[in-house]
Amino acid sequence: MSHSQHEAIPYTTEVREDTGLYNGKLGMWLFLASEVMLFGGLFSAYVFLRLGARPGEWPHGLLNIPIGTFNTLVLITSSLTVAMSWTALKLGDFQTYRKYQLVTLACAVGFLAIKSFEYYDKFTHYEVWLKAPLAAGEHPGLAGHAAAPDAEVPSVIGHVEGVGPFETLASLEEAGATSITIHPDKYHYRLTAWQQAERTMKEASMEGGSAGAEAHEGLTIELSKIARLSALVPRHSTFFACYFTLTALHALHVAGGIVAFAWLLWPGARMWREEPERYTNRIEVTGLFWHFVDLVWIFLFPTLYLL
Amino acid sequence: MSSETHELGFLRKYVFSLDHKVIGIQYGITSLSFVFVGLVLMMLMRWQIANPGEAVPIVGGLLEGVMGVPAAEGKISPDLYNMFGAMHGTIMIFLGIVPLVFGAFGNYLVPLQIGAPDMAFPKLNMFSYHLYLWGGLVMLASFLAPGGPAQAGWTSYPPLTTIIPTDGQTYWIIAMVIIITSSLLGSINVITTVIQLRAPGMTWGRLPFFVWTEFVTAFLLLLSFPPLESGAILQFVDRIFGASFFMPHDLIVSGTPMADVSGGGSPLLWQHLFWFLGHPEVYVLVLAPMGIVTEIFANNIRKPIWGYPAMVGSILTIGFLSMVVWAHHMFMTGMGSNISMFFQTTTTVISIPSVIVMTCLLLSLWGGSIRFTVPMLFAITFLPMFGIGGLTGIPMAFNSTDTVLHDSYYIIGHFHYLVAPGTLFAVFGGIYYWFPKATGRHMSVKLGHAHFWGSLVCMNLIFFPMLVQGLAGMGRRMSDGGANYSLANPSNEGVVGALSSTIMGLNVLIAWSVVALALFQLPFIFNFFYSIVAGEKVENDNPWGATTLEWQTPTPPPHGNFAEPVVVYRKAYDYSLHFKALHAQEAPEWGSVAHLPDFEPQNLPVSAETVGAPE
Ligand code: HEM
Ligand SMILES: [Cu+2]
Repeated sequence: MSHSQHEAIPYTTEVREDTGLYNGKLGMWLFLASEVMLFGGLFSAYVFLRLGARPGEWPHGLLNIPIGTFNTLVLITSSLTVAMSWTALKLGDFQTYRKYQLVTLACAVGFLAIKSFEYYDKFTHYEVWLKAPLAAGEHPGLAGHAAAPDAEVPSVIGHVEGVGPFETLASLEEAGATSITIHPDKYHYRLTAWQQAERTMKEASMEGGSAGAEAHEGLTIELSKIARLSALVPRHSTFFACYFTLTALHALHVAGGIVAFAWLLWPGARMWREEPERYTNRIEVTGLFWHFVDLVWIFLFPTLYLL
Repeated sequence: MSSETHELGFLRKYVFSLDHKVIGIQYGITSLSFVFVGLVLMMLMRWQIANPGEAVPIVGGLLEGVMGVPAAEGKISPDLYNMFGAMHGTIMIFLGIVPLVFGAFGNYLVPLQIGAPDMAFPKLNMFSYHLYLWGGLVMLASFLAPGGPAQAGWTSYPPLTTIIPTDGQTYWIIAMVIIITSSLLGSINVITTVIQLRAPGMTWGRLPFFVWTEFVTAFLLLLSFPPLESGAILQFVDRIFGASFFMPHDLIVSGTPMADVSGGGSPLLWQHLFWFLGHPEVYVLVLAPMGIVTEIFANNIRKPIWGYPAMVGSILTIGFLSMVVWAHHMFMTGMGSNISMFFQTTTTVISIPSVIVMTCLLLSLWGGSIRFTVPMLFAITFLPMFGIGGLTGIPMAFNSTDTVLHDSYYIIGHFHYLVAPGTLFAVFGGIYYWFPKATGRHMSVKLGHAHFWGSLVCMNLIFFPMLVQGLAGMGRRMSDGGANYSLANPSNEGVVGALSSTIMGLNVLIAWSVVALALFQLPFIFNFFYSIVAGEKVENDNPWGATTLEWQTPTPPPHGNFAEPVVVYRKAYDYSLHFKALHAQEAPEWGSVAHLPDFEPQNLPVSAETVGAPE
């Protein structure tokens, strides 16, 4: 019924002379403009909050930089293969296109897999804020947290035994718990660079890695001594709120890209036989989207992991 | 029932249609229904303000049945008042006016006016409408959410919104994200259509002004809505995952410190994200109406619009500038005087292009032979009403004067002059004007007059007193209409600035005018539906004798719009130009208004040989 009207719309495939564009491409550029504003809004929020953060309250170094770097490479590779696949289609070579796109999909799925691993790691780490600071000497597991045995530790970060990611102090109390057992991490973001250096020196002077072994011992803290606790989730701090919101929104885009590419690769590929040019355009437009998603990550990675 | 294929046909034709005109009408009917809902909420609020603490007559029981405790005994409690206030604003702006001027008028007219067969992406168009509908339904469903709908105003300022104990706010956020997505897709469609699908010869300089306004509107929606979407996402994360994007350190609520909140967020951040959309949004509300008014003007003064290039330049300037004025809504937040200085400067500057548009329209009247048709009555009234609205904005543009005007009824008067007798009047005019093209029938002129005069008087009786009340110091968003701060309250005896009985009395005047305004909409509603089936049939395809392309189609325009491929030869408003040259030609019949063709449609070839010789 509506097909005749559909065909009447000009420039769905061919390029309009004065603009040099076909409709889909312009549409995608406009969409990307709005996406720039969307992520722009979120990046501005990040800048706004970070500038307003109290000194020492913006966590550093809690993200895994090697994994992040690897993931960046994975995404860049996928952008490359998308470009190659489009070139192959332009040359009329569907098989090569197919191979490259399989690599793209593998990269995209890989990216999400690695990201979920990172998420999981954060979900299982807690920061526990204490009502009265502990002296580092109180427990060998805290040695890694402080420069000197008598340095005060306002909070402890580490794995908590048998506690899921979204618990709060109130929910633990409600569940009838009276204490938690935490395995403190070696690294603590509240240390200044100076303290960090001192700590490293101290560790080096200790005998044969005993500190490392001790760090795995659990530290049991009564709930009554705890002011607040939170896994490294959005509730933890505005830093993690930014981290999760931005990366999750980005991951949603990656997932969208996967769906689009997979659809074009399998059920949507029928179009290649009937309207190869239109099909090639679709890959180009989806590819534009993909490059944008890639670009967002290129901004996200240094902003969240490195700065 | 009898044949299933027929049923399918109906669904395809009216529900999942890909035709921009059907989608435009879907938008129109849906958004007018939302305007109606907003109107009902407003009437309830106004009744409450005039009669604080009394049960609502007639519908009180129903209210209690639907809303439960907040409407106990059929009274509008302060909580319920807040819910209605927030929902009135949200529904009117995001679900009423924007879809009306952009979704309905934009969809129906833009492809027709540029000589295109449809929108560039028909499926996307259908999808946008359905997103809008579902977003709207989620918003309505929030009335039934545990704890009731959103209560923190259409601006949804945190931390109030985050700590408020209702799921309705979450519905609000989700609905907004859906509606924003719908607008984004719609704006992509409109921009692509205007850039790509203009008929041969339809150069930028020949675009009807209405198309220009929709084009700029689309860019505003495209670029300013996403930051609000990001704000909505952040608010969602705050509410659902307990984050602190907008929750400051050491927040104390009703004397109790907020437990288990990381803090470190900023309420100001939301205001920036909100108003970055919020201000461009007010131009979304008003640009397309300017376009509608211009179309009606040109047709009813029978001469070209004066200063078309200046008007186009002005709205482009408005488009750019409206992105850098947002913080004039935040003068009172203590952003710092340098920032306030910047925003008060840009705000004063942006009123200049608006004035240019209005001046061009005003000067266009000069020497015209004005036909006071019903659309023209609405259009011409737009000028003074928009004028009052715009001029009352100037004192608020300045940091110092805004200090007293902020959050007072004066603001309410200001923007209602712009959106009610401004935008809404343009919309009414547009409906009366294009109705014959969409349906093939005229609307009744008598009923149109009743609608127009009644609405004009009532609107002014409603909104002018608000300016006065605001100047007298009455604050906005008070469920008792200021009774607590009035002289009637014994504890205010001798207090300088307490609201006098005259000022308070205006509440009663406003309430009755609201009732009258609602009654004066009845002729319109009746006229609308009655005329669809029984209105006077149009004499030909171009009953108003108009130059623009939408009138050079069969009535109503079929799928694909134009019977023949269109080529454009002329500017948009060639009225009374080649009067003499055409004198010799046989006059096309276009009604009894005049006997000579004083207009040349845009698709009429220019060269003398071809005049009057279309196949
Ligand atoms: C002509 C130039 C205009 C100027 C100088 C102007 C100025 C302002 C200022 C400074 C405010 C903030 C006042 C405050 O919060 O203290 C304001 C509020 C507002 N204006 Fe305008 N305005 C203009 C045009 C418009 C137009 C065209 C519209 C819409 C059609 C509009 C709609 C609004 C709305 C809705 C608000 C109040 C929002 C709220 O707080 O709920 N204004 N205006
Ligand atoms: Cu504004």
